[in-house]
This record gives sequence, structure tokens and C-alpha cells, in this order.
Amino acid sequence: MSHIRIENLSVQFGDHQALRDVSIDVKRHAVTAIIGPSGCGKSTLIRSINRMHDTIPTSAVSGKIFLDGEDVLKMSDVTALRRRVGMVFQRPNPFPTMSIYDNVAAGLRLNGKQNRREMEERVVKSITQAALWNEVKDRLHKSPMSLSGGQQQRLCIARALAVQPEVLLLDEPCSALDPIATARVEELIDELKSRFTIVMVTHNMQQAARTSQYTAFMYMGQLIEYGNTTELFTKPKVQQTEDYITGRFG
Amino acid sequence: MKTSLRRRLSNRLFLLATVGCALVALIPLFLILGRLVQDGMQSLNWAFLTQMPAPVGEVGGGMANAIMGTGMIVGMAMLIGIPLGIGGGIYLSEYGRGQLAFWLRYLSDLLAGTPSIVIGIFVYVLIVVPTKHFSALAGSVALGIMMVPTITRTTEEMLKMVPRDLREASLALGISQWRTILSIVLAAGSSGIITGILLSISRVAGETAPLLFTAFGNRFWNTDVSQPTAALPLQIFAYAISPYDDWQSQAWAGALLLIMLVLCLNVTARFIRRGH
Ligand SMILES: Nc1ncnc2c1ncn2[C@@H]1O[C@H](COP(=O)(O)OP(=O)(O)O)[C@@H](O)[C@H]1O
Ligand SMILES: [Mg+2]
Repeated sequence: MSHIRIENLSVQFGDHQALRDVSIDVKRHAVTAIIGPSGCGKSTLIRSINRMHDTIPTSAVSGKIFLDGEDVLKMSDVTALRRRVGMVFQRPNPFPTMSIYDNVAAGLRLNGKQNRREMEERVVKSITQAALWNEVKDRLHKSPMSLSGGQQQRLCIARALAVQPEVLLLDEPCSALDPIATARVEELIDELKSRFTIVMVTHNMQQAARTSQYTAFMYMGQLIEYGNTTELFTKPKVQQTEDYITGRFG
Repeated sequence: MKTSLRRRLSNRLFLLATVGCALVALIPLFLILGRLVQDGMQSLNWAFLTQMPAPVGEVGGGMANAIMGTGMIVGMAMLIGIPLGIGGGIYLSEYGRGQLAFWLRYLSDLLAGTPSIVIGIFVYVLIVVPTKHFSALAGSVALGIMMVPTITRTTEEMLKMVPRDLREASLALGISQWRTILSIVLAAGSSGIITGILLSISRVAGETAPLLFTAFGNRFWNTDVSQPTAALPLQIFAYAISPYDDWQSQAWAGALLLIMLVLCLNVTARFIRRGH
């Protein structure tokens, strides 16, 4: 049962073709990893799903992206789409001028309506879901900048969860974290997959193998191979994939 | 060994020369401050701050009307200059690409370099002539216009320094672009913008020329914005060129008060900048 269905997606920045004719079915309530060498278009692919390219005037996107059957590229209300498809970035980026609590509440508050009690419940629930509650419960009204990198990243996950998305896009969420913080985030991703469809970009193949059920390998803007994670890592069908996962290039 | 000694020596000499220049440049500042304190202190008392000017020929009285007038004129100028300046800065940093942005930036630079007396005459023609009245409002418009370029530039620069990450984080939450700009981007750049605003206030608070044709000055208490109104710089000017010793001494006190105000604003601005 696929949740997101991408058909012949191409993305251009000026005359640079970053993505060429990519088609992929993302399964519901599972972790799909996107791997490939740096610059191959992994971020470009997932940023198409929540239409982040809208903010880049030189970008041109063609093809189709269906979210539960509805074409994302034709949606008139991007903000509604982005509330369904949350995103966490490579570098933890909490809002520096807001408290920890306000960071998580931001998505609710700035989208209007919501009474205080409901909001508070949702904030606490999101922080708990992001496995951060015990670490921040005594400092909810302090600045997020005093948190460690790993805590900040989990705060960003909590902030994304508070809007109650169906899909979570994670763009190398652990690349700025130390191994212990990485392990905690991976654990968290594993828990979240029962309720969310997760698409995670990573350049770390062990991480893809550990946390995902499906893996897509990309190279130079194209999707080379896509399938069950175990199969892709043990018996890749394409030579390029094999070369990449055995470390012969990339 | 020898060359290193020579190099160290010439480094020393150069340092000494630059420190010397800096000190020489500071001398006028200290002379001005020293003279202001010396001559202004004796008249800068409670009566000066709270009393109206004494009738011509009588000794005593104060500049309460001018203090009030400056507060009123600068306050209204802020209401005009801050929203326009911040709005322009937001436009230039967030949307400003095409022709319009180019001309806005150009005009803003031009305005920043326009002599203040020219702005005074412009507002005179624009407001004073049609309303047939010198007024506080006209003065505020003149000072407000003068505030705009500084605030626009600092706002634009501060907003451009806000990392892309932060905007994307907000947009990705489904927060609309205008809310992102107002609640996230502006907040992240706020300390710099406030600094810019304070500096622009301190700059216009002491302006005399643009007020000559607009607020005009008034020896009486006035809170009606459509009437001629006193302002510290105007009153200082009038008193300083007068033949009376008492008035001249009050002019010194007014100048001291004005420079204290400007210093306070500058120090606060510096402080806010440091804090972040
Ligand atoms: N905003 C942009 N403007 C121009 N080129 C871009 C932009 N974003 C990405 N690219 C280019 O698209 C290609 C793919 O980038 P990206 O998707 O970020 O790669 P990855 O995430 O796999 O490292 C790169 O060659 C990159 O330089
Ligand atoms: Mg990337």
C-alpha cells in the first residue's frame, strides 16, 4: 500500500538538472531510506514532496507526486500540504528566539486557532513522542540553544510532530550528531514508523541498513535501484549499487 | 635576528602612530563634551526641565515646552519612520529582486545622502503650504522621512543575515510566508533592527534644519500637532544667537541635554547589539 507515489519527477535549477525522471512508491508506515553519493539529488527528491522548491525562483519541477492519490504539485494550498508532510533538516534548527515550549507550539500557534489546554496537551505529547520529555520537562521555558545537538534535533522532530503530519521527511537528521545521539534518534525513528510514513536521506549506509525497510539508491540525479532494504544490501540487482555499497566508489 | 628586530620595531612604531591618530581624532569629542558639561551644568537644573521660558528680559525659566515638543515630534516621527523603514527593509530582503527593488534601494541611498534642509523644504511645500500652518506634524514627517533609509538598510541587512535554515524550518511547518517573516525572521533579526532604529532616532533628535520650515518653534506650551511647536534644537539655536547671557547659558544646558539623550540612545544601541 503506497502512501506517496512519485512518477517521472524531474527537477531543474536554472540549467542544472538535479533530478531526472525519478519514479518511486513510498510505503505507508515504514522507513524508506534514500542513499547515494553527495550531490546526487537526495535532498532535491524529498524537498519536492513538501514543495520546498517553491521558495527557489530558479527551480522547475515536472512530473507527478501523489500523496494518497492527490497530486501534490497541483495543490493550491502549500501550507496545508506542509502540515501533512513534516520535515527535519540536516542541521538542528530550533527557533533561537523562542523557548523550548514555544518551538514545539510554533506550528500550531502560527497556523491560528487552538485553545490553550489543547495546545499544551499536544506540545507535551509531541515532546514525549520525540523521546525528549525527561530531558526538558524542567526547562520548557528556557532557550533551546542550551540543549545539546542531539536534543535540539529531537526538539525539531517534536516540533514537526506537533502539527500532526502523516509523513516525516528527514534530511540526513544525524549527520551533525555524535554516535550516542545518533543511536537515540535512530531508536526514535524506529518507534515513529508505526504511526508515520518516514522518508530518510542518509549518506550512512549502516544507518540505512539498520533503520529502514526500503532503500532507494540514487546516482547523478537518477534512481538506480529501489527495493527491500535487506535485498538491496545483500543482493543488489544493479552493478552500480553493488559498487556503491561495497565502497568501490562514492 | 636583526630583521626580526627591525620588523618588531616598525610594527611598534606603526601601532604607536595609529594610536596617536585615534587620540587626536578623539580630542574634539572630549573638548566638546568638556565644554558642554562645564557651561551646561550650571543651568541644567530642575527649573530648566520643568519650567516654561521666562518672558523676554526676565532671568530664569526653562525649556519644558521644547523638551515636550521634541518628545512629541520625535515620537510621531517614529510612528512614521519605523513602519515604513521596516516594511521597506522586509520588501528588499525578502522579495526585492527586480526593477522596483533596484530603484527602491537607489532612492533610499539617495535619501540617506540628502541634506536635511532639503527635506525640510520638501515637507514645507508638501504640508506647511497647503495647511497654511507650521506644525509638529510637519516636523514629524520631515524627521520620519529622514529615519526611513537607515531603518530600511539595517532591516534589510539584518534579515539577510538570518540563516535560510530558519525560514525553511518555519515554512516546513506549514507556516505561511508572511507569518514566517513576521514571527520568525523579524524576531531573529530584531536586535540589529532595534539598534538601527535607536541610531536613527538619535540622529534625527538633534536635527535643526528640517524643523525650521516645519515645526518652526513656539515659546509656549503646545500639544496640538497641527500647531507650531517648540523643539530642543530650535530653541537652542534661538537662544544661542540671542544677546542675553541667561539665554546663552540655557542654550548650553539644552545642548548638554540633547547630547546626553543621543549618548544614551547610542549606548543602549551598542548594548543591545552586544547582548546578542
Ligand atoms: N537551490 C539550488 N540551486 C541550484 N542548484 C542546486 C540547488 N539545490 C541543489 N542544487 C544542485 O542539485 C544537485 C543535487 O543536490 P542535492 O539534492 O542537495 O544533493 P544531495 O542531497 O544528494 O547531496 C547538486 O548538484 C546541487 O548543486
Ligand atoms: Mg542533501
